[in-house]
Amino acid sequence: MSHSTAIHVRGLTKRFADRTVVNAVDLTVNRGEIYGFLGPNGSGKTTFIRMLCGLLTPDSGSGTCLGHDLVREAAAIKRKVGYMTQRFSLWDDLSVRENLDFVGRMYGLSDRRAAVQTCLNTYGLADRADQLAGTLSGGWKQRLALASCLLHRPDLLLLDEPTAGVDPSARREFWEELHRLSATGVTLLVSTHYMDEAERCHRLAYLAYGDLIAHGDARDIIAQAGITTWTVRGADAAARAEFAATPGVTDLASFGTVLHVTGRDAALLATHVPKTAARLNLEATPIEASLEDAFIHLMQRATRPAQS
Amino acid sequence: MNFSWHRFWGIAEKELIQLRRDRLTLGMIIGIPLAQLFLFGYAINSEPKHLPTAIVMADPGPAARAYVQALRASEYFDVKGIVDERDSTRLLDRGDVQFVVTFPAGFHRDLVRGRRPTILIEADATDPMTVGSALAVFSGLPVSEMLRDMPMTTPSEGAPPVDVRVQRRYNPEVVSAYNIVPGLLGVILTMTMVLMTGLAMTRERERGTFEQLLATPATPIEVMTGKIVPYIGIGLLQVTLILLAGRFVFDVPIVGSLALLYAVVLLFIAATLTLGMTLSSLARNQLQAMQMTFFYFLPSILLSGFMFPYRGMPPWAQWVGSVLPLTHFLILVRGILLKGADWVTLWPHIWPIIVFMMVVLGIGLKTYRRTLD
Repeated sequence: MSHSTAIHVRGLTKRFADRTVVNAVDLTVNRGEIYGFLGPNGSGKTTFIRMLCGLLTPDSGSGTCLGHDLVREAAAIKRKVGYMTQRFSLWDDLSVRENLDFVGRMYGLSDRRAAVQTCLNTYGLADRADQLAGTLSGGWKQRLALASCLLHRPDLLLLDEPTAGVDPSARREFWEELHRLSATGVTLLVSTHYMDEAERCHRLAYLAYGDLIAHGDARDIIAQAGITTWTVRGADAAARAEFAATPGVTDLASFGTVLHVTGRDAALLATHVPKTAARLNLEATPIEASLEDAFIHLMQRATRPAQS
Repeated sequence: MNFSWHRFWGIAEKELIQLRRDRLTLGMIIGIPLAQLFLFGYAINSEPKHLPTAIVMADPGPAARAYVQALRASEYFDVKGIVDERDSTRLLDRGDVQFVVTFPAGFHRDLVRGRRPTILIEADATDPMTVGSALAVFSGLPVSEMLRDMPMTTPSEGAPPVDVRVQRRYNPEVVSAYNIVPGLLGVILTMTMVLMTGLAMTRERERGTFEQLLATPATPIEVMTGKIVPYIGIGLLQVTLILLAGRFVFDVPIVGSLALLYAVVLLFIAATLTLGMTLSSLARNQLQAMQMTFFYFLPSILLSGFMFPYRGMPPWAQWVGSVLPLTHFLILVRGILLKGADWVTLWPHIWPIIVFMMVVLGIGLKTYRRTLD
């Protein structure tokens, strides 16, 4: 385990009753990296993150987080990790300052008052310091949640769908902040459903129903999906049905008036897609598959485990 | 396990801030004890039976024996034995017997000669309902039938052959507030302590803030104790309120040591808080915590001797009652407030509370979820 590794796990598994939620996942995240964590709802992302910060005990597998053993050194990990939960989980009936102050106490910060004040200033929360957290809007709640998990200057941030329900401009700002943090050497593991956010990550992992089915940078993910995509302009619902019935086509996705036709067998697509298009008086063009095409394909394949 | 006072106080302080903001709960803390105190001015009546009775016999003659025979035959008195005077006081103090019946020296002789000897009945009147009906029964005992064979001079016509004197101990004027005030101490503490701690823990779990707490270095023991401490303060506040109202509104005497009383109160608070914490680790949400509290609260009220005289209940109910800390707490508080009993006398009712607490604590630690598993 070199010093450049923040997270290193092998065969991490978690079962709830007889359901395997995380199935033998191997993952390595380098220090200072922004690592995106994708996958449909219920695919085990939250469970995986909870195991990393000692909230859940893995049933099998092993690994280290910031050089500490996941199972035996959970206490040491907790001191160095910031965890932002999926749901806002600070205290609604405490003010912004009281929340930060309380969290600071839990981490035993030596100069708590100053740290809280700095944090309030940095995140623009100073004006709202005495407002009850429960009365903040979604964007401000998220900002407070981020501030509270950065208060103790963690080396690793675990963010579980941090931008759910936040408007686009606040999301944009949030990601700018994540990149600033990454530049200072903080490692970030971010789970998300948004494609634009996935594209902002250095590397990605795709988790589906407990299995890690693809990982690497965007290019690697597309390669691992092994897909070819054609675009068809101006296809209507009837045309869509025609393409769905075309041999070799596995997924269809509409982007406004543009239809993406995707399949795994490049040769089969190349023979049949232009034919269908010609029959409908439409034009089909081969394109380089995007990350989104890859994810749509991965997700569809994952829901049909028999074919994967 | 390394315990951080810093974090412990942090949690306690957070709990206090949250309490201060929760107007309804705050109102409950102060309002419930006072409201109940005034509402329970009159209690439900019932007919107790088999009241434990000790006999002091200065004259073992046949007349006294006939009386004891009649007492045994009645359903109201359960003659525990013949004791000497010193023991009889101790038995009353401890609450082991409800009555002590004393037959004076020369009882038989005086009876035969028609001198109307005196039978002294000392009654533990802290629970006035129990005493009232039993005394009525005592005067109606069919002793005259038993004495028929005995050669005796009849006193002036119509007058009963003996003079029964009743001494109501601890509560001579039979004021039911004397019974209600100590009882309310226990009932209010049971209610608020179990419910509030149960809710405090499950609320964190329900709102998801428990996850946040677990993600910090705070250990379970710090979280549990930190959350308990404010409620100990609340319990002491409630006790003080009830005692003040009892003393100055209902004129309830405080005979015994206040220090001992508060020590017993602290023990009881500890036991009920432990139960609240344990219930909260079993309950999945606030509603379940509430339901469990009532599941515990009802038998506590009904079987502890608060609502109905303990000795009027069937044996199985008494057995259930004897497990509940409230049963013992009521005897302890009455013993201290009204009888001025010391802790040596009361020990038989102190240890059951400790045992209860230990067992519940054991269950609590076993089921406490350190992680979210």
